[in-house]
Amino acid sequence: MTAPLLEIAGLRVALPAGSDRAHAVDGIALDVRANEVLCVVGESGSGKSLTAHAVMGLVPKGLAVAGSIRFEGRELLGMAEAERRRLRGSRMAMIFQEPMAALNPVMRIGDQIAEVFRFHGRPDRDGSRTLALLDAVGLPDPALIRHARPFQLSGGQRQRAMIAMALALDPVLLIADEPTTALDVTTQAQILDLLRAIQAARSMAVMLITHDIGVVREMAHRVAVMQEGRVVETGPAADVLGRPQHAYTQRLLAAVPKLQPRPDRSAELGATVLEGRGLAKTYAGRAGLFRPGRRVAAVAGVDLSLRRGEALGIVGESGSGKSTLARMVVRLVDADAGTLTLAGVDGNLLALRGRRLGPVRRRVQMVFQDPWGSLNPRRRVHEIVAQGLLAHGMDRRQARARVDELLALVALDPSSAERFPNEFSGGQRQRIGLARALALEPELLVADEPVSALDVSVQAQVLDLIADIQRKLQLAVLFITHDLRVASQVCDRIAVMRRGEVVEAGPSAEVLFRPRHEYTRLLLASVPGRGVGEETGSA
Amino acid sequence: MSFWQSFLRNRGAVAGLAVLAAVLLLALSAPFLFSFDPWDTRGAPLQPPGEGFALGSDMLGRDVLAGIFHGARVSLFIGVVSTVFAVVIGVVVGAVAGYFGGLVDDVAMRFTEFFQTIPSFVLAVLLVAILTPGLASIVIAISVVTWPPVARLARSEFLALRHRAFVEAAVLSGVSHIRIIFGEVLPNALTPIVIMASLMVATAILTESALSFLGLGDPNRISWGYMIGAARAVFRHAWWLSVFPGLAIFVTVLAINLVGEGLNDALNPHMRRRTDP
Amino acid sequence: MRILLFLGGWLVKAALILLAIVVLNFCLVRLAPGDVATVLAGESGAADADFLARTRAEFGLDRPLPAQLATYVGNVLSLDLGVSYRTRRPVADMVLERLPATLLLTGTAFLFALGVGPALGVLAAVKARRPADSLITVAALVFYAMPIFWVGLLFILFFSVTLGWLPPFGMRSLIPPSGELARAIDVARHLVLPAVTLGLFYVAIYARLTRGAMLETAGLDYVKTARAKGLPEWRVVTAHILRNAMLPIITFAGLQAGHLVGGAIVAETVFAWPGIGRLAFDALLQRDYNLLLAVFLASAVAVVLFNFVTDLLLRIADPRIGAAGG
Repeated sequence: MTAPLLEIAGLRVALPAGSDRAHAVDGIALDVRANEVLCVVGESGSGKSLTAHAVMGLVPKGLAVAGSIRFEGRELLGMAEAERRRLRGSRMAMIFQEPMAALNPVMRIGDQIAEVFRFHGRPDRDGSRTLALLDAVGLPDPALIRHARPFQLSGGQRQRAMIAMALALDPVLLIADEPTTALDVTTQAQILDLLRAIQAARSMAVMLITHDIGVVREMAHRVAVMQEGRVVETGPAADVLGRPQHAYTQRLLAAVPKLQPRPDRSAELGATVLEGRGLAKTYAGRAGLFRPGRRVAAVAGVDLSLRRGEALGIVGESGSGKSTLARMVVRLVDADAGTLTLAGVDGNLLALRGRRLGPVRRRVQMVFQDPWGSLNPRRRVHEIVAQGLLAHGMDRRQARARVDELLALVALDPSSAERFPNEFSGGQRQRIGLARALALEPELLVADEPVSALDVSVQAQVLDLIADIQRKLQLAVLFITHDLRVASQVCDRIAVMRRGEVVEAGPSAEVLFRPRHEYTRLLLASVPGRGVGEETGSA
Repeated sequence: MSFWQSFLRNRGAVAGLAVLAAVLLLALSAPFLFSFDPWDTRGAPLQPPGEGFALGSDMLGRDVLAGIFHGARVSLFIGVVSTVFAVVIGVVVGAVAGYFGGLVDDVAMRFTEFFQTIPSFVLAVLLVAILTPGLASIVIAISVVTWPPVARLARSEFLALRHRAFVEAAVLSGVSHIRIIFGEVLPNALTPIVIMASLMVATAILTESALSFLGLGDPNRISWGYMIGAARAVFRHAWWLSVFPGLAIFVTVLAINLVGEGLNDALNPHMRRRTDP
Repeated sequence: MRILLFLGGWLVKAALILLAIVVLNFCLVRLAPGDVATVLAGESGAADADFLARTRAEFGLDRPLPAQLATYVGNVLSLDLGVSYRTRRPVADMVLERLPATLLLTGTAFLFALGVGPALGVLAAVKARRPADSLITVAALVFYAMPIFWVGLLFILFFSVTLGWLPPFGMRSLIPPSGELARAIDVARHLVLPAVTLGLFYVAIYARLTRGAMLETAGLDYVKTARAKGLPEWRVVTAHILRNAMLPIITFAGLQAGHLVGGAIVAETVFAWPGIGRLAFDALLQRDYNLLLAVFLASAVAVVLFNFVTDLLLRIADPRIGAAGG
């Protein structure tokens, strides 16, 4: 067997003084061989991304890198900067998570690619190589895209342009740092297909950094699992995914949400709580004096109904209108049309204003997506949880007692009440947000992507908690998510949205396993890791 | 790291704070150390620094050192008071615009833009001239021309915070708009506003000195800018008349800027855009 | 097409701003103590009620306010800004004949600031936390904290009185040299001190602003991409960091135009530069409000025009502006 293309040994990257641990990367060994895909998988803070940056020589100044990184037989650490620069972009290239941020906003796509040729001494005078690259990554109309600027492209197109740029000089090693995390699931599937095809066609080595076990299943020849700066397990993909040895790997695999519908609970469901008809919202772009505003139908005539104790999942990609729908239901966004009736409230919920809306608000509460933005950093947890109770006139002593009950309900220590949000992890913050939402004893809980910002292991816990509380309190839940797997776990029914419309709705098992609409099938086919190593998935 | 720890690590900021404390001491001690009127003739005119007058005397035999002590009162007073007014105006306009958005925002921002477009110092000169020079008119003039950047900053902070989930959660919990604005949003928007305000005190002192230099100071109170302006005719021969008051302005303004930057670094670990001067 | 829309939009905006300034001007006139009649009466010594009433009728001051405002707006539109209380000359003429000197001074100061400030800022950012950076940062802090008039006086003391290198006052020598070139050089020599005095403050601002914007931009993802592409450091700095850091500087330069005119009043007063700033100072001493208001209006027009240039530059520099929905 030939020597590995990239050999990392004893690599350490120090963290600044005062961090929670001394080393972000703590003495790891890894190698990548020619013509293979190595997936480095781990949760946030595992040091996987910093390892990739260390290989490229892009570790921020001030973080000391020690150990050994050998590439094509040469030691990279300690190599002269000019020498390393010549390797970057020509022998090794990198693509990043957020293609919008990774492309220079004011420079044309073609110029950003031509730069690579020019500064490695092979100028692309007639632009033919740039065009060929844009064509090779499947971009439509390369001649047009070449003159476009990043903001004029879609997310998937931008990532394709990034890949084209990385491939310009036929590197032998491509490092991809979460290349599809910021993309919609169908776009992710396309980009993964592209990466796989390119890797095979060029016999390139790919080091793919990801947190998503699904992506690993799709792409990896070999896998390295990282946890807190160390590689805990490494080996061929089939072994690591099929027979994980390390406890952490096992936990990681077990936490991956499975496409597994909730058992039929229709017998437990109560009367209809919420009924919506023809809900619609159109956003008008700001009209200038000399130009008409653009109009985008975010939600275009959606019907929905929810029974007591039922969880309805709204699944869709970005721009599908699912979040707008959720915000219309909680009345953070005013609907343009439609009727919404809540059991026990006369008339159209959407028409209530001001003082008449106030008392109704407490019956519909929301859990938000971002665990960091959803809690006021300057208030203690008990103030956050009790804010609704106090606003509705409960006295402080009573409210405080109720906060303790609520914290117990979401499985948080009662001592949490006196602390500030920044002392909690993402999962704990979502529990606090849940406690706040439950404080007013709502009949309907709207959860807008409540776990999408969390690591998978934490995701599973929060999902279990939501499902558990929902059953206990017989809550109606409107669950917004982009992830079919997540929806399958907590939802009794699923509605699939695309461009403001519901394309398919029905019991979870029907939608997931007997999809009728073409788009639902596409979404299902795009779920990463599906069909690959499924036996571990259903274990 | 706590706020004080990181603030105290910044040597410039600590030096600035010390100088600022000294200037404050100057202002507070002026009535006791120089209990006479600084406008009074105290000896021979145009005496260079030395025996009789530590920092020399002016054309009318007034004591430059006494003027510097008393002038500190005017500079600090105007710097602080006009900044407070400007910040209050700016925060109210910006908060309303950013929180309510839509038409309110449009109107408020056109209004702000207008005030930012017109040449501010020229307007300040006009206002003081027309309202007749005095502490009140100077404070009004400086606040009128300096609030727009505060409004823009407050608006952008409110706009960003308005759609943060914790604010929306408060709306859903039934908390009133007033309580949300003051209880949830403002405390989180305050840091950059405080930093901007600290730097505005410096700008206000500079503006006041320029107005006084042009003869638009309060005729009853001695100020550093006035001292330099009044001595302009003789400054070639009596350098001390412009050098010392100028140094006083310079050192005070520098100290405030250093403190402001220290605040910025200590409160904003991630560097924000510098505030408008 | 897009540029026409921009022009149209800008014209409307500029017209509204100018109209607002004219109205503000009118309000300020009304706020001012006394009016033309009392001023003229004071001058001629004929302060009887009859004279006041006649003069007021002559100037239309006895008519209702809205009518006066309409007349005022109409007058301003036909460039009739009234006469100076003192010289009895049309103030528009007085301002126009002084305007070139001010434009020369502020223009030079602005170019000086824009030429030197950002360059220093870039140097400081590239050498961040090294001696060159410290030196530039400290110098910027110092000049940012010095009153313009004080810097001017110190410069006169040092460069004119002590060293005798440059003339301290005015725009031309008392006896101008003969020949076009010699006269131009004469004006240029007079220009150096006031322009540098006025410009230094803005050099400091631009240096600080550029340094901050550069450091902020340097942390962005696309700069990392540029390094990952193996570009040489100078290229990363110029094409990726500076190119984007320029945008806030241009925006800021637009906002600063008004400040520059204000600084000109002070600089022209110190250096006896015969521009509208100096005119304003004289008007101030004589409480010649009409003249003062004309100076204000003229500087406002200049600022609006200047903002147009920076808006245009910003659109060229940042293709994202105006592209969405346009």
